[in-house]
Amino acid sequence: MLTLVLLCIGALFGVSALAIAIGRSALATPIVYGSSLVVSLLSCLTGVAHLLSGSAVERLTLPLGLPWLGTHFRLDALSAYFLAVVGLGTFAASLFALGYGRHEKTPSRVLPFYSAFLAAMNLVVLADDAFSFLVSWEFMSLSSWALVMAHHREQENVRAGYVYLVMASFGTLALLLAFGLLAGPDGGYGFAEIRDNHPSAVFAALVMILALVGAGSKAGLVPLHAWLPLAHPAAPSHVSALMSGVMTKVAVYGFVRIVFDLVGPPAWWWSIVVLTLGGITAVMGVLYALMQHDLKRLLAYHTVENIGIIFIGLGLALAFKTHGADFAAALAMTAGLLHVFNHSVFKSLLFFGAGAVLTATGERDMEHLGGLIHRMPQTAFVFLVGCAAISALPPLNGFVSEWLTFQAILLSPQLSSWGLKLLVPAVGALLALSAALAAACFVKAFGVTFLGRPRTPAAERAQETDRFSRAAMFFLAALCLVAGILPGLFIDALARVVQAFVGARMPVQAGVEWLSIVPIAESRSSYNGLLVFLFMVISGTLMAFAIHRLASDRLRRAPAWDCGYPDPSPVTQYSASSFAQPIRRVFGTVVFRVREHGEMPPPGDTRPARLTVELHDRVWDALYAPVANAVGFAADRLNRLQFLTIRQFLSLVFASLVTLLLVLAIWP
Amino acid sequence: MAVIVDLAVQGAQMLLVLLLAPLLTGLVRKTKARFLRRRGPPLLQPYRDLVRLMRKEVVLAESASWLFRVIPYIIFAATWVAASLVPTFRTGLLFSWSADLIAIIALLGSARFFLALAGMDVGTSFGGIGSSREVMIASLAEPAMIMVVFTLALVAGSTQLSTMAGALLYSEVGLRVSLGLALVALVMVAIAENARIPVDNPATHLELTMVHEAMVLEYSGRHLALIDLAAALKLLLYLSLIACIFMPWGIARADASLTALGLGLVSYFGKLAVGGLLLALFETSIAKMRVFRVPEFLGAALMLGLLATLLLFVSRSL
Amino acid sequence: MRGLDFDIAHLLAGSLVLISFLQLYQDRLYALINMFAIHALVLALSVAWQAHVQDAPHLYVTAAIALGFKAIVIPVALHRIIVRLGIHREIEKVVGVGAAMLLGMGLVALSMVVMLRVTAGADPLAREDLAFALSVVLLGLLMMVTRRNAVSQVVGFMSLENGLVLAATGAKGMPLVVEISVAFSILIAFIVIGIFLFRIRERFDTVDVQALDIRRGERQ
Repeated sequence: MLTLVLLCIGALFGVSALAIAIGRSALATPIVYGSSLVVSLLSCLTGVAHLLSGSAVERLTLPLGLPWLGTHFRLDALSAYFLAVVGLGTFAASLFALGYGRHEKTPSRVLPFYSAFLAAMNLVVLADDAFSFLVSWEFMSLSSWALVMAHHREQENVRAGYVYLVMASFGTLALLLAFGLLAGPDGGYGFAEIRDNHPSAVFAALVMILALVGAGSKAGLVPLHAWLPLAHPAAPSHVSALMSGVMTKVAVYGFVRIVFDLVGPPAWWWSIVVLTLGGITAVMGVLYALMQHDLKRLLAYHTVENIGIIFIGLGLALAFKTHGADFAAALAMTAGLLHVFNHSVFKSLLFFGAGAVLTATGERDMEHLGGLIHRMPQTAFVFLVGCAAISALPPLNGFVSEWLTFQAILLSPQLSSWGLKLLVPAVGALLALSAALAAACFVKAFGVTFLGRPRTPAAERAQETDRFSRAAMFFLAALCLVAGILPGLFIDALARVVQAFVGARMPVQAGVEWLSIVPIAESRSSYNGLLVFLFMVISGTLMAFAIHRLASDRLRRAPAWDCGYPDPSPVTQYSASSFAQPIRRVFGTVVFRVREHGEMPPPGDTRPARLTVELHDRVWDALYAPVANAVGFAADRLNRLQFLTIRQFLSLVFASLVTLLLVLAIWP
Repeated sequence: MAVIVDLAVQGAQMLLVLLLAPLLTGLVRKTKARFLRRRGPPLLQPYRDLVRLMRKEVVLAESASWLFRVIPYIIFAATWVAASLVPTFRTGLLFSWSADLIAIIALLGSARFFLALAGMDVGTSFGGIGSSREVMIASLAEPAMIMVVFTLALVAGSTQLSTMAGALLYSEVGLRVSLGLALVALVMVAIAENARIPVDNPATHLELTMVHEAMVLEYSGRHLALIDLAAALKLLLYLSLIACIFMPWGIARADASLTALGLGLVSYFGKLAVGGLLLALFETSIAKMRVFRVPEFLGAALMLGLLATLLLFVSRSL
Repeated sequence: MRGLDFDIAHLLAGSLVLISFLQLYQDRLYALINMFAIHALVLALSVAWQAHVQDAPHLYVTAAIALGFKAIVIPVALHRIIVRLGIHREIEKVVGVGAAMLLGMGLVALSMVVMLRVTAGADPLAREDLAFALSVVLLGLLMMVTRRNAVSQVVGFMSLENGLVLAATGAKGMPLVVEISVAFSILIAFIVIGIFLFRIRERFDTVDVQALDIRRGERQ
């Protein structure tokens, strides 16, 4: 199976090269996306097959790369799972792009990098030595950077690309250092050698921090998230879906691989760092999202929140593992990894919806949209399913992973460390807060974009999208429902992955009657998505039927009542900023130093009143701006080296030569 | 045989909550009126209101979508399913293992999600006011509720409501501080979730003071009847929840005889009556808060819930 | 002491912490004084319960002092005087309610951690009462620090002292509890009187009671 996947990756690279050649022809788009579709489906199915069939770990070494190292590839349970997740996301994106890509004005700037991006993501998940891991990681960053810069004529995209490049390089540097520490002074870079080489406690802690920084910056942990809401919206929509839904998961894979597998037994305080960062990220991400009125930026910030939730699950798994509660660790890790899958499904769905809206109206700003449910009914329906799934509403899949995380938190009083005893309830409260705020955020996103009345002529003229885009979205929406109704299948599939890392697994869900899931024991708690869904459907239809038969079923259309003050202008309905105003006032005054002031013109003056809302991103002001200023300052100072005379340059060379000879002379 | 009895009990529970909900609302309204020295509407008036609304024609705004028409059914279905799973006169409901307390809260959350969407659907500013305030209140009430659930689950050892009711009734739990704090937090959250004074006035006519009413402003006829019924069910659900956890005396066991079931029913009616009276008394004696005081109120509930959970993490006997 | 006895003692101590939180939440002086009256009432109940359970009749005297003096006399007197002097308005806060609540949570967590770690060898159920008492003390201090109004600072001081009394009665066999309670109460009475003397002098430039009477006659 490993060879099959590697052949698929090779095929993707081939397609990429082909796309460079035929980029300008009209057939390029369907060829590239069609072949990506087939190849991703193949790799996804391979991953699933490996996971479900329980086959052994496969290894392969190719004589590429560094001469004394070669390139190692490995397909174990974790890689298979992430291969399946990546493959599913890329399959859906390619299907969507078959329709969406027709609207791309410069396909030659997008197509070659698209297949390369897909290939790189698959490679990261299979890499079994530090060199190939880092090369694939960098390839992934560079190809996605090229995709972000595809529409480089817009100034904000250029800035987004720049910030992305800087943060990606920073992340790779952190990972490079981490791998260097893991390899140790003997320099065995293969993962197999790294597993046998156990670093000391100090080095292990350093590796964990570096992995958190490096993988976390790619995933979007606060405070390293600043590039995400700039870069993800700038790319074309199917690429945004891939970056948010899939690339962040590859970053999570990197973290899991290093911290749970390569570095050896974890220390007890690591979970505190991961849990704190996860909790803060979850709440900050959704608060940022609530303040946005650009639909894609809102979705990108929301990815930050979900990454926080995943890291909370992983942090709990670390905590349980270090305290020896393997069974609870299995539950927490299953919750985190299941959320990886769930998030990639519904986030891709939401980005596809945003892309459909963008092609239909040309607008990303919610405050210029509205009433799209009448013009694009199918897109609205699947977007609604995505919004409901991401707000963790039963019976969809978002609720399942959140429920499992809550059950894991309820097992935590058995942890004996004081720090964890105080931290875990607080993280539970933060998780609940972020879930409630996420629901608020998506009521806003769906309500302002699709409901109400159209606010601009562009919104009034919107048309439904093409078949391929709709097919991709319906596929993902169906998957949301299936994963919500039959979560036992997914939990059992994850069992092998979790077993490998924490030495235990959740109880087998396949045998539980009526397809419920039982995370710990029957007597403790259980959940049956299928029954909840059936009950809701049955009671709803029963009531509808009864009322329509026994009472009235007449209906009449009339102008909206609006308390007797009907207003034909669509400007009077709530916009995105007005919807978020109560929450902005409650949370934003503290977190973002929000200041709102309105200027009313004096009586008799017919100018409109003006409301100004000021938001300060504290993380940017505290972390990024000073660093950028310091770098600029140092660069200015060092710039003087450019303007030396020839004599001074020669003296520099002379001085360095003499210094090296001195070192050679003195060194014992 | 036992399965048939269990099925009958579950079915009886579903019908019971549906039939009792308007009566509870009628009781609360009548008591409030009496406290204000009015005669008040008859106890059965809510039933008449529902029947009257069901028979009326629905007047739908021109800008309303298909979602607007479907949402009342979704809200009703979610609330009814949630209310059927809260033990009223007997623990050990047949389908209680399909949704635990967290799932019940999430079902109510989905009802609220769709109600907020309904407020946004017609595109009026009043709907927007209702929806934006409702999600602000929900953003604090739901975490507070989850913390209460954590406290109860840690004390009872399970998140299944039937198991919780049984554990709190039959095992040696005693009076615990965290349960006291959880009770206060739960009452505060219940007031906020059911749109009662001091958070929201269910009988107001001033649109700018509305939260729940503003979202359903454009609904009429059978849709409005369903939403009112769902709101009454939600009130019944919260009172039943408080009763089955904090006042579990009289509730019948899973394998009880017919007399025990009868006793359970009678004690349940008594608890509902007491709860309704206390609610009416509380609403009459306090004024409605400004909208931006509600986050402080709910923030206090969240802190109490967090404190209760923290106490349980820190010590076994608290 | 086992089972229900301990549970009721914990419940009363926990209610005291809850009422301290509710005091932090108030923003009207009138409501704050009512809250303090309830605080003192619950303290009296708690001390009376300890007297019953420990079989220490001298603690009933402490309970009576708390009930009579702090739950009835001081709140009634404060109510009357603040209305007379016209300072029954909103309390200005240095930090908002939300921040005060979060700080309060942190203080309760801190006192839990400190008490339960430091007294690791002692009787497990008395330790938790001590942890609650320390929380009440810290919350009283927090109230004094985050309020600008003198009366609310006095209320904070009095609730701090209630926490100390709770701690003293919870630890069995602390001597002189009654005498210390009486001394504290006299101290508080002097502080409260002192505040109002200053206030009266500010307003009328004199504390001569006859001058007040003449003024009152004129105003009527």
